[in-house]
Amino acid sequence: MKLPIIGAAALAAVMTVAAGPLTAQSPPQDESEKEIERYRQMLSDPFSNPGFLAVDRGEALWAEKRGAKNVSLEGCDLGEGPGKLEGAYAKLPRYFADADRVMDTEQRLLWCMDKLQGLDTKDVVQRRFSGPARASDMEDLVAFIANKSSEMTIQPQLSHPKEKEMAAVGEALFYTRGGVNDFSCATCHAEEGKRIRLQGLPNLSVKGKTAQETMGSWPTYRVSQSALRTMQHRLWDCYRQQRWPVPEYGSDALTALTVFLQKQAEGGEIKVPSIKR
Amino acid sequence: MMRTVISLAALLVAAGTAAAQERPPQAVIDAYLKATFGKASAEWQARITPDESLSVCNATRNNPSSAQGEAMMKREQARVVYPADGKFLGDWKKGYQVANNGRGGQFSDPPGTVSGGNCFACHQLDPKEVSYGTLGPSLAAYGKDRKYDPATIKDAYTKIYNSMAVVPCSNMPRFGVNKVLDEQQIKDVMAYLFDPESPVNK
Ligand code: HEC
Ligand code: HEC
Repeated sequence: MKLPIIGAAALAAVMTVAAGPLTAQSPPQDESEKEIERYRQMLSDPFSNPGFLAVDRGEALWAEKRGAKNVSLEGCDLGEGPGKLEGAYAKLPRYFADADRVMDTEQRLLWCMDKLQGLDTKDVVQRRFSGPARASDMEDLVAFIANKSSEMTIQPQLSHPKEKEMAAVGEALFYTRGGVNDFSCATCHAEEGKRIRLQGLPNLSVKGKTAQETMGSWPTYRVSQSALRTMQHRLWDCYRQQRWPVPEYGSDALTALTVFLQKQAEGGEIKVPSIKR
Repeated sequence: MMRTVISLAALLVAAGTAAAQERPPQAVIDAYLKATFGKASAEWQARITPDESLSVCNATRNNPSSAQGEAMMKREQARVVYPADGKFLGDWKKGYQVANNGRGGQFSDPPGTVSGGNCFACHQLDPKEVSYGTLGPSLAAYGKDRKYDPATIKDAYTKIYNSMAVVPCSNMPRFGVNKVLDEQQIKDVMAYLFDPESPVNK
């Protein structure tokens, strides 16, 4: 249990160099890719993927009584019924009648914390992304919930008019350019086999294998950040690279993009938490 | 022959309409943008408010009609400011720094960060540099291949200052127009492309 984590730290040091695709000079990709492949094999044992520590923490948080009402999240309905977790993540984001909104996992969790637990979510949102000395309830809970859909397929929910609107807006946002560099998601993710510096760029503009493998692998343990990350963090980081303003956590444009990306990835197998550079 | 051409044109129009119908009304899209970016400062809001050309690129997914494209190139050409001293080439060594620097413009950048051109993110330049991206064409031996021709030098300045004056809805940033690079930085990066001593031409 200890060894792989030390390995993670060491690899993180190597990989941090490659982590700044837009700035730093990276070592040749072949080397880093080989190293990651070796690392992946080492971690094929679920008990040594550090992402599973987040799953465990999330499981404890799910059952912990908190908030003004002193209840756990076990009564939270993620779309499959109160407390039913199996397969819920595979169908998120989706429309929730009680909130009359389409929500992703994070938005729904915040809703349940507020309505069910009477928990002040300000502190939870403050800790939305974990850091060296700061745990994130959201990352841990999403890891736990997503893991309950591992080995299932991505099933985008597109029957409700609001779900349809989300998918259409998400697609439009994917092609919306702006910021000082005139970038949109499509600048970096709409062609096959492109890279920025040495960083490979998945083409997410078409349905199929690339989109499936991409979306089926989040949340993921990011070795370079020594942290479990969810799609909220990925999109936050891509909007940063896009030179856009800070996106509001758990907000509609991010959910719309996620619905669109899930649509591109329909039928893909979920295998989470995965492990990435 | 004539009929084939007409039916093809009709088809293209039909396809265009279908794509346009899929795109939700701009007001709906804007409501989503407001929910997610509405708290940003006025300066940041201005950065994501599309100008006339970007609005066309967004609505057509970078495939403007030829009329839209013509109008765009004319509009963008008018925004290019050429150096008052008539000199296009600065210092290639400083130009390398500009090409290699990807900082600037990100919300994580500290205030006062000097922006780079980040050319290596998308282009091969110095053939000895292995860490380059492929979103744009290779620019290795750019000046040498063009025999350092003055007309080409001016065209390249135009391209870097305002990529859309040359290619409508180009994916390349409009470095001068968007004030990412100042005139001196553009001259320096120009020298990196066109100085015979630059590693790009070695
Ligand atoms: C300027 C370039 C750039 C822009 C613009 C950009 N991305 Fe990315 N994106 C990247 C890079 C580079 C990576 C890979 C990062 C890594 O592996 O560390 C990435 C990774 C991703 C991933 C995860 C890929 C994987 O294999 O797990 C997703 C999903 C994604 N981007 C979606 C988006 C969306 C949606 C947008 C628009 C909101 C966007 N990106 C805008 C550069 C960009
Ligand atoms: C985000 C990607 C991107 C970045 C960053 C970028 N470019 Fe480009 N560039 C492109 C693309 C794509 C093309 C080809 C399409 C076009 O001409 O618009 C191009 C074309 C060019 C051309 C014309 C090549 C020809 O056909 O003769 C020049 C010159 C050029 N870029 C220089 C630069 C310089 C110098 C920088 C940095 C200051 C830079 N580019 C940064 C994407 C980029």
